[in-house]
Amino acid sequence: MDTFFDVLRRQGISRRSFVKFCSLTATSLGLGAGFSARMAHAMETKPRIPVLWLHGLECTCCSESFIRSAHPLAKDVVLSMLSLDYDDTLMAAAGFQAEAILDQTMKEYKGKYIVAVEGNPPLGEDGNYCMVGGRPFVDRLKEVCEDAMAVISWGACASWGCVQAAKPNPTKATPVHEVIRNKPIIKVPGCPPIAEVMTGVVSYILTFDRLPELDRMGRPKMFYSQRIHDKCYRRPHFDAGQFVEAWDDENARKGHCLYKMGCRGPTTYNACSTVRWNGGVSFPIQSGHGCIGCSEPDFWDNGPFYQRLSNIHPFMVEGTADSVGAKVAGGVGVAIAAHAAMSAVRQAQRAAPGSSSSSSKGDSK
Amino acid sequence: MANPSTTLPGVPDATGTEPHREGGGSVYVYQIPIRLWHWATVAAISTLALTGYFIGSPLPSVGGEASDSFLFGYIRSAHFIAGYVLAIGLVARTWWALVGNVHARQIYTVPVRDPKFLDELWWQVRWYSFLASEPRKHVGHNPLARLTMFFLFLQTALFLSVTGLALYSEGEGIESWQYKAFGWVFSLFGSSQRVHTLHHVGMWVMLLFVMTHVYAAIREDIMGRASILSTMISGWRNFRDTRE
Repeated sequence: MDTFFDVLRRQGISRRSFVKFCSLTATSLGLGAGFSARMAHAMETKPRIPVLWLHGLECTCCSESFIRSAHPLAKDVVLSMLSLDYDDTLMAAAGFQAEAILDQTMKEYKGKYIVAVEGNPPLGEDGNYCMVGGRPFVDRLKEVCEDAMAVISWGACASWGCVQAAKPNPTKATPVHEVIRNKPIIKVPGCPPIAEVMTGVVSYILTFDRLPELDRMGRPKMFYSQRIHDKCYRRPHFDAGQFVEAWDDENARKGHCLYKMGCRGPTTYNACSTVRWNGGVSFPIQSGHGCIGCSEPDFWDNGPFYQRLSNIHPFMVEGTADSVGAKVAGGVGVAIAAHAAMSAVRQAQRAAPGSSSSSSKGDSK
Repeated sequence: MANPSTTLPGVPDATGTEPHREGGGSVYVYQIPIRLWHWATVAAISTLALTGYFIGSPLPSVGGEASDSFLFGYIRSAHFIAGYVLAIGLVARTWWALVGNVHARQIYTVPVRDPKFLDELWWQVRWYSFLASEPRKHVGHNPLARLTMFFLFLQTALFLSVTGLALYSEGEGIESWQYKAFGWVFSLFGSSQRVHTLHHVGMWVMLLFVMTHVYAAIREDIMGRASILSTMISGWRNFRDTRE
């Protein structure tokens, strides 16, 4: 089987460019200086890991992001190095021919391939809401994952459920880790995830033959251990108390903090404020729009996006914790006032001379 | 319910002498740590509610250079400090429940199977519904107050402390002891934003407790048969009559 380097050489990529890519990837993974050599060595000597890329309920934005990985070499690098044996969106083959590749890889590389899942399986109506190759996607997912080495959950869909799992979730769309329970699963959430994060994760697995260190939620620590907010370049305005109060106001032009406009940066774990998007050009906050928290679980149900406080729905009404809380507190306040008024009447009756109920009382103040 | 006033060695009496009044006698109920904790918690909750509200709905934007001002930072700092006062206070209070007098553990349990408790609870409900002509005598909390303390105060304070420490751990980083100890909160509730929302709802529940607690304390102090407000200052419960 070809090594990654063999493939690159065949494509006419110089060793110089290859080494550049290795150092860039090592740096973006937060590894030390010695690791770029180790990475180059791994890519020159190791056989490419077969990857089966499955698509369930999704919008293909993960694939779109992935193939736009910023470094000039990245798409060649990753597509070649992965030995992407099956990806029904990208592959040339179709129909029975395509499905045959899937079966072949599963047989030949039993226990050695990686399943990358984009999208998730709907479990409603026996999985019939998502049919791939004439069968429910959930069946195929289980089948392919059975002999996999590891599973990568690409994007918010596979990791958390995303929009199709938002309330009321009519198709019962379910994240991958709730269906596949006996395999190591690495979540790379985001809608879509950042391209360099995706390629970075894959490069790490290939180089070190193991999954990167994961956090409590199963996300790679190197990209998801801090919030957007922790590295946001507008953070000084947050601490100072300088906020955008309305779209296009003076503060928006000055680039103040978007917290009051509903920015989810303080509650979102992702690398947008450091890695950024489109080759490091920008990210939502830099473009003047708050973060919507697309890499967080249930972010569709924690809206509205342009309001700091999420809406809650107690007693069939909709409002923020403040608007609902104030109404309830007002109601309790009125009840207390009414009770106090009745108590005052009762106290006056008891204190009245000759009243039978208070005659035996001692001093009642 | 006869209880020795100060039974613990090394714990000084509030006044040294019994401030005996005319009436039904006095019992030393709230030891010094309880009273200190009570008022520290009052200060903490007031600060937390106010700063917490402004963290959710910030004050109008300040002008000038970002480096000239740290308003939101100070508001958040005050919230964090008061939060630690509440949380550490809760731990200290729980320790005192174990070593303090019998009244110190009252709010930690609800004897739902004790017929006497249920009987007195029913009586207290009738008293608040203007159906009983007078309340019964209680050295510590009345049964309804005890229920409220246990469910509305203790559980809410615990919930706010745990979710608060979890949210605080996000700023401290996932390697911090706070995250290691309280990171499970995010696994339980899903996302950070959801925990923020629930923490905020908890504040309103606490506010409902404060409203009913203050009202009931003032009302009982006026209409009941024993001192309430002064008891949380002096520690002594003064009864106004000698009847059962």
